[in-house]
Amino acid sequence: MRGGSVGHLCGPADRLRLKADGKDSLTIDSYRLQDEAGIRGWLLFRFAAPQAFYPLAGRMIPWFATLAALLALAGLYISFFVAPTDAQQGEAYRIIFIHVAAAWMSMFLYVVMACWAALGLVLNTRLSGMMASAIAPTGAMFTFIALWSGALWGKPTWGTWWVWDARLTSELILLFLYFGFIALTNAIEDPRRADRAGAVLAIVGVINIPIIYFSVQWWNTLHQGASVSLTRAPSMAMTMLTGMLLMALAAWMYSIAVVLARVRSIILERERDAEWVRGLRGAE
Amino acid sequence: MNWGSLDNFLAMGGYALYVWGSYGVTALCIGAELWALARRARRAQRGA
Repeated sequence: MRGGSVGHLCGPADRLRLKADGKDSLTIDSYRLQDEAGIRGWLLFRFAAPQAFYPLAGRMIPWFATLAALLALAGLYISFFVAPTDAQQGEAYRIIFIHVAAAWMSMFLYVVMACWAALGLVLNTRLSGMMASAIAPTGAMFTFIALWSGALWGKPTWGTWWVWDARLTSELILLFLYFGFIALTNAIEDPRRADRAGAVLAIVGVINIPIIYFSVQWWNTLHQGASVSLTRAPSMAMTMLTGMLLMALAAWMYSIAVVLARVRSIILERERDAEWVRGLRGAE
Repeated sequence: MNWGSLDNFLAMGGYALYVWGSYGVTALCIGAELWALARRARRAQRGA
């Protein structure tokens, strides 16, 4: 190991060299350092190795969980004690704070899941498929919450729990896409094959995301148009908007924490026979 | 937003079922997910 050759790389490389010089370093065989090019590759891919990502995820979870809790508390406070009563909908509109956050998350998480899945297909990295699998249940949960809160909002404002409107129907299809992904990946014994099959489904399903998003423009729907747009002034009171954005951020932080926690379990489950996992269990 | 009393707050201007139904089920979902995650983590760490 030519530790001296990495001296000119900045920042993390110094730490990298310290680790690279150690006897027990570089147990990740596929990314074993050979030369400088290897070192750069290793920096990039270091955390693509489940074994390296496992402790990193563990360290990140408390931060995201704390942020999620604080943002949710602030968001709920504004949603219920600062935001005024809506002139048309009375208090029923307060469902918006949960509904919009959940609906946004349901779409974002699907795109992120599909990106991980695609990355896994292209680069054949083990962690990618694990990340996609870790995202699916949380995405499905937010999709369900969006549909549920939407039904409870639709009843008092539209007079019906459900209509086969483009927005509602495409969101329901999103829920089935999540279920399909989960069912498909669970049905295939070999995890790497399951990842690939799931990836194809996830990528094909991405077409549904713009359909959900633009459905209120493309079709004449009962569902109202976008509440928030980058191109025009907000159509609601500033405090309502703040509450909504805080809840959406909380949902983001919650999702990251939960997905990281789930991927840690998936890593342990899939690599249970690996040396480092056995070492982990032995240490306890 | 001043609700005046706890009863007023809980009544949500007559929309209690819808508002609390949304927030309650969301809380249940999150609780269930966290419970399932903790159970899965315990099992994975035991090597089951």
